[in-house]
Amino acid sequence: MEISFVLNDEPVTVNVDPSTLLSDLVREQLSLTGTHVGCDTSQCGACVVHLNGDSVKSCTLLAVSVDGGDVRTVEGLSTNDKDLHPMQQAFRDNHGLQCGFCTPGMLMSAIDLVKHNPDPSEAEIREWLEGNICRCTGYQNIVKSIIAGAAAMRAAS
Amino acid sequence: MRSFNYHKPDTVDGVVSLLAGNENASVIAGGMTLLPTMKQRLAAPDDLVDISGVAGLAGVSMDGDMLVIGAMTRHADVAESEIVREKLPALAKLASRIGDQQVRHRGTIGGSISNNDPAADYPAAVLGLNAEIVTDKRTIPADEFFVAMFETALEPGEIVTAIRFPLPELAAYAKFPNPASRYAMAGVFVAKTGDGVRVAVTGAGPGVFRASDIEAALAESFDAGALDRISIDASELMSDIHADNEYRAHLVMVMARRAVGMALDAG
Amino acid sequence: MSAVIGIGSSPKRKEDARFVRGKGTYVADIKRPHMLAGVFLRSEHAHANLKSIDVSKALAQPGVKAVYTGEDMKADDVGGLPVGWGITDKNGDPMKEPPHPPIAQGKVRYVGDAVAFVVAQTVEQAEAAAELIEVEYEVLPAIVGLVDALRPDAPQLYDEVENNLCADWDLGDAAAVDAAFAQAAHVASIELVNNRLIGNPLEPRAAIGEFEYATGQYTLWTTSQFPHVVRLLMGEMVLHIPQHKLRVVAPDVGGGFGVKQFHYAEEAVVTWAAGKLGRPVKWVAQRSEGFVSDAHGRDHVTEAELALDEDGKFLAMRVKTLANMGAYLSTFGPNIPTNLYAPLLSGVYTIPSIYCEVKCVFTNTVPVDAYRGAGRPEATFVVERLVDMAAREMGIDKIDIRKRNMIPKEAYPYQTPVIVEYDSGDPLGCLERAEELADVAGFEARRAEAASRGKYRGLGISTYIEACGLAPSRLAGQLGARGGLYESATVRVHPSGVVTVLIGTHNHGQGHETTFAQIVSDRLGVPFEDIDIVFGDTDKVQFGMGTYGSRSLVVGGAALSHASDKVILKGRKIAAHQLEASLEDIVFENGEFSVAGTDRKKSFQEIAGAAYVPFDFPLETLEPGLEEQAYYDPVNFTYPGGAHFAEVEIDPDTGIVTLERYTAVDDVGTIINPMIVEGQLQGGIVQGIGQALFEHGVYDNASGQLLAGSFMDYCMPRADNFPQLKIEPHSTQCAHTPMGVKGCGECGTIGSPAAIISAVVDALKPLGVAHVDMPASPNHIWNIIRNAPAPIAAE
Repeated sequence: MEISFVLNDEPVTVNVDPSTLLSDLVREQLSLTGTHVGCDTSQCGACVVHLNGDSVKSCTLLAVSVDGGDVRTVEGLSTNDKDLHPMQQAFRDNHGLQCGFCTPGMLMSAIDLVKHNPDPSEAEIREWLEGNICRCTGYQNIVKSIIAGAAAMRAAS
Repeated sequence: MRSFNYHKPDTVDGVVSLLAGNENASVIAGGMTLLPTMKQRLAAPDDLVDISGVAGLAGVSMDGDMLVIGAMTRHADVAESEIVREKLPALAKLASRIGDQQVRHRGTIGGSISNNDPAADYPAAVLGLNAEIVTDKRTIPADEFFVAMFETALEPGEIVTAIRFPLPELAAYAKFPNPASRYAMAGVFVAKTGDGVRVAVTGAGPGVFRASDIEAALAESFDAGALDRISIDASELMSDIHADNEYRAHLVMVMARRAVGMALDAG
Repeated sequence: MSAVIGIGSSPKRKEDARFVRGKGTYVADIKRPHMLAGVFLRSEHAHANLKSIDVSKALAQPGVKAVYTGEDMKADDVGGLPVGWGITDKNGDPMKEPPHPPIAQGKVRYVGDAVAFVVAQTVEQAEAAAELIEVEYEVLPAIVGLVDALRPDAPQLYDEVENNLCADWDLGDAAAVDAAFAQAAHVASIELVNNRLIGNPLEPRAAIGEFEYATGQYTLWTTSQFPHVVRLLMGEMVLHIPQHKLRVVAPDVGGGFGVKQFHYAEEAVVTWAAGKLGRPVKWVAQRSEGFVSDAHGRDHVTEAELALDEDGKFLAMRVKTLANMGAYLSTFGPNIPTNLYAPLLSGVYTIPSIYCEVKCVFTNTVPVDAYRGAGRPEATFVVERLVDMAAREMGIDKIDIRKRNMIPKEAYPYQTPVIVEYDSGDPLGCLERAEELADVAGFEARRAEAASRGKYRGLGISTYIEACGLAPSRLAGQLGARGGLYESATVRVHPSGVVTVLIGTHNHGQGHETTFAQIVSDRLGVPFEDIDIVFGDTDKVQFGMGTYGSRSLVVGGAALSHASDKVILKGRKIAAHQLEASLEDIVFENGEFSVAGTDRKKSFQEIAGAAYVPFDFPLETLEPGLEEQAYYDPVNFTYPGGAHFAEVEIDPDTGIVTLERYTAVDDVGTIINPMIVEGQLQGGIVQGIGQALFEHGVYDNASGQLLAGSFMDYCMPRADNFPQLKIEPHSTQCAHTPMGVKGCGECGTIGSPAAIISAVVDALKPLGVAHVDMPASPNHIWNIIRNAPAPIAAE
């Protein structure tokens, strides 16, 4: 099937088999491998992307269902490769990542949180991250990063 | 997953005609349960009918005294709906704690109740509130809708289009999540209406069910203390590595007391 | 903005520049030309004879290139997966070491054992074909429990292994222990289980094999913590590929925790299949596949006793442990519950004599091997639970009994009765600081406040010590290691003075690219930005043993330090020539070579340039170039340690345990990057708390099925399970590593399980509870509360 959508601000038209998952489309067909797949039960959140501005798990989403939509992956968080989105910068500044595998999903989830709740408390952040598993950091610095990232996003807006 | 023919009709009639007589067709709403099942190759439909393109299936409105939620309304939209928050806050709160935010951005109320997972949250609200399930063919009372684990009164080819909730005087939902999956290990929805008290339990048994002893006790006196001498029979409840049936029976009572307390606090 | 960033600073991590952009390169991200996809068919039975395997229907499927079974590998003379460490039974016999074919031959021995490998154009095609393989199993009774596996009537995994016993190993002086117990005023005893864990690094394992006919060159991309060791083991012992014709690349790896430090069957299978097909073959594990094919951790059953005198001084310890090996010996399987366990049973205490027996047992489960901490968390759990038990029984405060028995700071170096000699440490200093930081003094008030809310609150403590910096080769060799455990580093100074380091450790989250650059920046006075660290590719890096056992900084960092020293020496030689001075007069300071007592000097960059333009070098005595290499073999283990306090609340209605406070004071030696060290401790502590409260690799006893086979059933710690942790260093310098470093990667998982269980038991004190097995899950705790002899209200 041919589908068209906006990916990281660029229009794309691709042919996909209906059984293709969005995670496979971006990783395999479109070579954007920043979106990771860490489980097969929709639990880990490494694959989180934005669809029409909402965080969703791209491993549990048919590519055909984004036809006409707007998809953003971690690669589309900053307009160029040099500058970082405030949340990316906050993760880097606060040691919010170790192996980097959960990081893209964490970033996409965190940015969606700030969209809903510009000044989240620590408890709200921890609750929001229910769908994102990290095995390295113990979440300590992820929470710290999101507090800092939210503040930077508020300052920037 | 195995490949399939994908259809995205834009009317209910279109959906129904695609499903008619096709045993190997599945409806996909949010896909939060169906897609993981297909990925594990436990389900392999030949035809997948995506109902997200059908106009008018999503949204929240009041119809007289009834709160009407379209089948394709996402959990996040129910949780954030001003109408639901005002008219039926217990349901908004329940929706706000289904799965995680990413699931709530895709999963739908119609999908959840049609699937009737024994650990899903929505069936407890639908049964506890004595809601009506509107399909393309008829209206089904909640007491008749949930038949057994993953089984409903829906006939082949029949789809849910909306759920109509009567508004209770008091209601609340308390759940104890499974520590791993975060699905309900015991979830209890209590609702007090002019007609009496209804209590629906999810997560504990092979499917959502009403707890008649708890209902009777609360009908007499709607306070947590009324449940002190009530217990529920563990023998029909589930046991797994997270909770044996006696623990689940105990949790049901704890959650029932908490739900009553929450309902009274909110009321 | 380029500056020297040295030891003790916390620059932002170099590696994060790519990770936050999604620009890391993990194995699953790699595509090779004409690459095929491979899928394993795995046994659904825990124990069965393979009567027949019919692959004909699968082979006929569209896109399918090959279907391989164990018999195909056998026909090609492929070897079994080797064990890197052999142990010796107490009767002097070597351990039983049955063959471990990469794909099962004749028999399957656990759910997940590979039965066939399907290669097709796409993963979907391979999966569809795998469903059509017809396997005739003769199902045999399975055994998964340790105690039951040793019973004479238990199902037997191997004809050649009697009673499923791999080895009956011991350490220590049994007679001295018996004598001490005979004199004891009190004996405390405990029976406990150390629960099976599944490491679950967030990146599932993956491998790509490739073969080039024109050159005879094989390449394996793999999610490995030690690519050179994979090259050695797989090349020499499994596939018989000469070392120079095999390149192993472990690019960015998404977490390891030990799970990726073994040579796995899948690595050999994809490499071998690529050779047969002449095309690259890629396999990426599904998470559910990882659950039944990644080596598991822990899984001990232990009985332990502690003899004390009337003052609560420890006299002797006796420990009997059954350790699960799973169905086959994984790369380091038998070493973990023996050499990495028993030598740590002295903890931070003076215990005159210790005797430990370990029976390593085969069962129909996934092989068990190292998982973050590996043996040392198990030892700490035994020691600390036993000490708590003794304190309780003798009516001594549990902090006080520890202080009475701690090795005093001035007693280091301290020779334990179980091989190891601790070089340095200050356990009392750690404990006292932790006591203060945790506000132990205020605990009873917090307990009373919790009781007023109907909650049980408990305070738990654990001290710990670990042997890390694996490992002194000589000692390891005496203990059965089949290879050395040194590390190597090359410091390559380019003509402009910028530096590439090639090192044999592997970075999969630990921040090596940053920490190692700080070491070089500090040593050579080169700007931090001018230093890159290269790892993970056997074609680039000379050699190395990889990353595990908190060894990277301790052993790899030492090699790097030595290589840097060699660069400085070479630089001084060049400077001596250029400045027309004698070598002895050249000093190197702050990135400059100068003639002592003069203002004549050359910058590091000038000397680097000169090294590559040797127009006037005295070539008989001075070679061109500025690149040096060092191999470092440690003289001893290092011994990080510390004291942790946990505070929990238990809801008696539901049994749920909530962590309210956690305090850790750790001695990790010199700290190069405080930010990274704190991150390592945080992650480790949370993983250890995961063991104590959430995680359990549960098998069904009858069927041998793994019941906790996905994130739906295996409870991973999540963000909302934790408060912020309080972590503070209290360092003493290691006496024998070049920079005084000790390592920090495993501290958290070693210290925290015992602290949590101590707190849970303390919370349940009103109910008369003495011990709680892990994980302290809600159902488990509710059962304990319900069955307590005299349930007492929290008030």
